[in-house]
Amino acid sequence: MLYVNNLTVSFGPITIVDNVSFYVNEGEWLMIVGPNGAGKSTVVSAISQGISYSGSISYKGSDVKKMKPHQLARCIGVLSQNHNVSYSFSVEEIVRLGRYSYSPGIFSSSGDEDEEKINHALEVTGMLPFVKQSVLTLSGGELQRTFLAQLFAQDPSLLILDEPTNHLDLVYQKQVFELITAWIAQTGRSVISVVHDLSLARAYGTRALLMHQGKSVALGDIEDVLTRDNLKAVYSLDVHEWMRDMLSQWED
Amino acid sequence: MKSKSEGFRTYEYLIFTVIMLCTVLFCVCLGSVSLNVGDTFKVIWNTIWGLPAPEGLSRSIIITVRLPRVICVALVGASLSLCGGSMQGLLRNPLADGSTLGVSSGASLGAVISIAFGVSIPSLPFAGTVVMAMLFAFISLIVILSLAYKLDFSLSTNTIILIGVIFSMFANSITSLIITFSSDKVKQITFWTMGSLSGTSYANALTLAASLLVFGTVILSLTRELNAFAVGEDNARHVGVNVKRVKMAVLICVSGLIGVCVSVGGTIGFVGLVIPHMMRMVVGPNHKRLLPASLFAGAIFLMLADLASRVILNPLELPIGVVTSFIGSVVFVFIFYRSRKGG
Repeated sequence: MLYVNNLTVSFGPITIVDNVSFYVNEGEWLMIVGPNGAGKSTVVSAISQGISYSGSISYKGSDVKKMKPHQLARCIGVLSQNHNVSYSFSVEEIVRLGRYSYSPGIFSSSGDEDEEKINHALEVTGMLPFVKQSVLTLSGGELQRTFLAQLFAQDPSLLILDEPTNHLDLVYQKQVFELITAWIAQTGRSVISVVHDLSLARAYGTRALLMHQGKSVALGDIEDVLTRDNLKAVYSLDVHEWMRDMLSQWED
Repeated sequence: MKSKSEGFRTYEYLIFTVIMLCTVLFCVCLGSVSLNVGDTFKVIWNTIWGLPAPEGLSRSIIITVRLPRVICVALVGASLSLCGGSMQGLLRNPLADGSTLGVSSGASLGAVISIAFGVSIPSLPFAGTVVMAMLFAFISLIVILSLAYKLDFSLSTNTIILIGVIFSMFANSITSLIITFSSDKVKQITFWTMGSLSGTSYANALTLAASLLVFGTVILSLTRELNAFAVGEDNARHVGVNVKRVKMAVLICVSGLIGVCVSVGGTIGFVGLVIPHMMRMVVGPNHKRLLPASLFAGAIFLMLADLASRVILNPLELPIGVVTSFIGSVVFVFIFYRSRKGG
């Protein structure tokens, strides 16, 4: 579905991401893991065309760089870790923006399909009771679910999540990841997420890319990547044991 | 949840239009010589429809002095608020305005250069100033943007505003220098720093109206994109907005509008900052409602400010920027205080 080949990102003389290659197939949830400064977030901003890069990124055979912004948005959706909304938009207005790529013209108005998708997105994320509420009054978890609803309304086939549950407590983290698990269960979809919590990656991911200092250390099935040796080499600590201990919290 | 229009409803447009027309009438009546509302209305009405109007002093005051001025003031107010509102959305910064981006100062510099060095287009003497002001607004924009690009590839909000402020100081210093050396040709420095719309003509009004029609239409067609920008530039890109193109389009339109406003009335501050702020409290942050509301409210506000500048020290006249800055800063502090308190 998505192929990333020899991705390199540099800011001046500093190379942030060094020749990284990986792919994601339909139905897969790829976890990008690694310590701070490994270049994980940079990889995902390159995929969403947020920064300039060398190498190639192709989605279903077409070069992502050459896609028009609204075409790209229909294929790839992004959920960021922080949202600093400075104006009091309502939840509905934020979610409605998710439909932008389906009618980017000047005179287009929203159709039945748009309303249906917006409604559905609000419903599955549990944001329906907050529709008219200002996003400035929401809690961190509610705000993140609002943007998740926007993403569901956008309805791309590939989700990119950059530490989607960074500031959320366990209950919300679990809620968000369960919602994404349900979403990916539908055919033709896949997810790439940057995750810090290794137990979370282990519990929900199908495959993993382990990064260290801008380089790809391991790529493969989740249990083959998150091994004791691999993790020790990257984190220089025995995080593997810790990960195993924490794993049970994600299971029902 | 029913599908509904996010934009303005007809009756809302109607209310704003009625208030605006009443303000026009009110501002034409009042001044150093106060006129009767009924007579004024009759004079304007008859002149519009080409009917014989009562001749006399009041007619010439109304038709040749006050009406063109009030129309110009309204158009400048509408243009500046529209610019402010769209910039605040685009840069996701409630403090953004033509002046914070340095576009106003750039436009002033262009206008001053054209007057001081006699840059003009044959047979259209005023056009030289307008074109130079717009051109310099564009140039300032390009300088600011390319500097911002050099420092920060993603063109972040803070970088643009910081560079805008620095650029604005730079342009102001050159403007002051030129005015000092050619004080015989260029209007006083207060005109360029505080603005004035006295002595404006129907030709000025026509220029303002044309620019508002062209650039305003473009800006008003980008309300959904501006909503996306107001939520966040990254979010705008993620939902599929052509970020660079929309940003360019808005910034070009804004500098076009500001260029025309500055060449007609000098730099009038605070209108574009305060009006969208106030309107956001009334109609919400959605640009489909915010921008039309700001358009009308800006016109009404500046007409009243201009009226105040004419009558407070009658028969002396204050620069309009003195009034707008005075009212504007008080309102601004109030708004700031309320928003900090979590209102």
